[in-house]
Amino acid sequence: MEFKDVANVSKILLEYLPNTLKLFFFTLLFSIPLGAVVTWLKKCKFKPVSWITNLYILIMRGTPLMLQIVAVYYAIPMLAAGIKKDGGDSWFDRFITGIDTRSDNYMFIALVVAFALNYAAYFAEIFRGGIESIPKGQYEAAQMLGMTKPQTFFRIILPQVVKRVIPATSNEVIVLVKDTSLATIIAYAEIMLKAKQMMNTYSSIIPLFIAGLFYFVLNAIVTLAFVLIEKHYAYYK
Amino acid sequence: MAILEVNNLSKRFGDLEVLRDISFSVEEGQVVSIIGPSGSGKSTLLRCINQLERADGGEINVCGMNMMKTADGKAVYAPKKTLREIRLRIGLVFQNFNLFPHKSVMENIIEAPVHVLKKAKTEAVSEANELIRKMGLTGKEKSYPCELSGGQQQRVSIARALALKPDVLFFDEPTSALDPELTGEILKVIKELAEEKMTMVIVTHEMEFARDVSNHVIFMDGGFIVEEGDPAELFGNTQNERTKQFLKRFKGM
Repeated sequence: MEFKDVANVSKILLEYLPNTLKLFFFTLLFSIPLGAVVTWLKKCKFKPVSWITNLYILIMRGTPLMLQIVAVYYAIPMLAAGIKKDGGDSWFDRFITGIDTRSDNYMFIALVVAFALNYAAYFAEIFRGGIESIPKGQYEAAQMLGMTKPQTFFRIILPQVVKRVIPATSNEVIVLVKDTSLATIIAYAEIMLKAKQMMNTYSSIIPLFIAGLFYFVLNAIVTLAFVLIEKHYAYYK
Repeated sequence: MAILEVNNLSKRFGDLEVLRDISFSVEEGQVVSIIGPSGSGKSTLLRCINQLERADGGEINVCGMNMMKTADGKAVYAPKKTLREIRLRIGLVFQNFNLFPHKSVMENIIEAPVHVLKKAKTEAVSEANELIRKMGLTGKEKSYPCELSGGQQQRVSIARALALKPDVLFFDEPTSALDPELTGEILKVIKELAEEKMTMVIVTHEMEFARDVSNHVIFMDGGFIVEEGDPAELFGNTQNERTKQFLKRFKGM
């Protein structure tokens, strides 16, 4: 590969960078709140809810994300095919058969659903660890001051949890940057897919290295962002 | 009027009886010290009175309100509303302070007045300033707990408890996490509160302090009250063998 080819490959990868970023940001947007909900469900005093949540976390963390992406992506068309065969007509049946699984939007939504469900399981465990690391004395002090349970959680516990989960969360976010490349399995047009195509075009491994550089720069930015966030919370221990 | 009345209180953790038939009362303006070896049930007693542990039997009355009693051999607690009312009239100072680390000294003190008592912030701040001055913490309003010495942190936690203007203040070994030098400054603050006729119940290992500051001393061992009475009498002239044995180590003080 000559220099102009390197420049050309970089330019093309740059065009597909927004697709990678879109998947990254939408996954974060949904998986963090969902992770908080999962934490809450796991700590639910009604045991069956807690058990089901444990099973969900076990499956999400116990099977490959790549498999989950494929499963979510093909679930709707397969369900729709089954419904058409059996001739179902409930609101659910109509909802499933009404989804246009050939549109670009469908692919992206399927990806975000798979990524968000998977990352929520990891975030949930990080958040649970954070909550359980707060000393019992903090709850007791709040209780002695007459604070209600929601006040105790939102005013005393949560702000301290946020600080404590930052390092573990930064790990997950860095992994997510790289995991977006798993979307190639259903041919989502992001930088890894394009890099692989250009490896064939140029019969060279260089496009893959250029893609690697893209991920590296993105994660350098993510790392810097987390350094700043940690600094923001450094005013207390 | 008795601010606190405890009758036949019992508490067990599994098979272990931690409190057995505890009865005592605290009058307004009284300073009561509870002494005894580790594991004698002193802290558990305080935690039961402060609703941090549930008692198994007996009766507790605070400020004329019934907090818990026993019916058909079971502990029956007052309705939530009463328990909350009681809670707001008592304060507790913890051994390891339990300050809120993410809040400044001022924020720690005004947290409850503003968010529990729903006082205006300006009023809460001016009252907090008075407490800060009294506790010798002037200039530390904006500091965070991690920037303070243990003694200063404990004084903030006393101010935080006082901000709710409690009728009675409990101390659970307030100096046990402090080195001897810092212990002095906390004991001085408690002495000043005693001079202002603040009703206090203090679990402590500081025998000299218990003798000097309190007007009533309770000696506990093995979950029982072994002996109680006037400090000069109990420390100077006890007839009880167990008390004598316990106090032997502190002789010559």
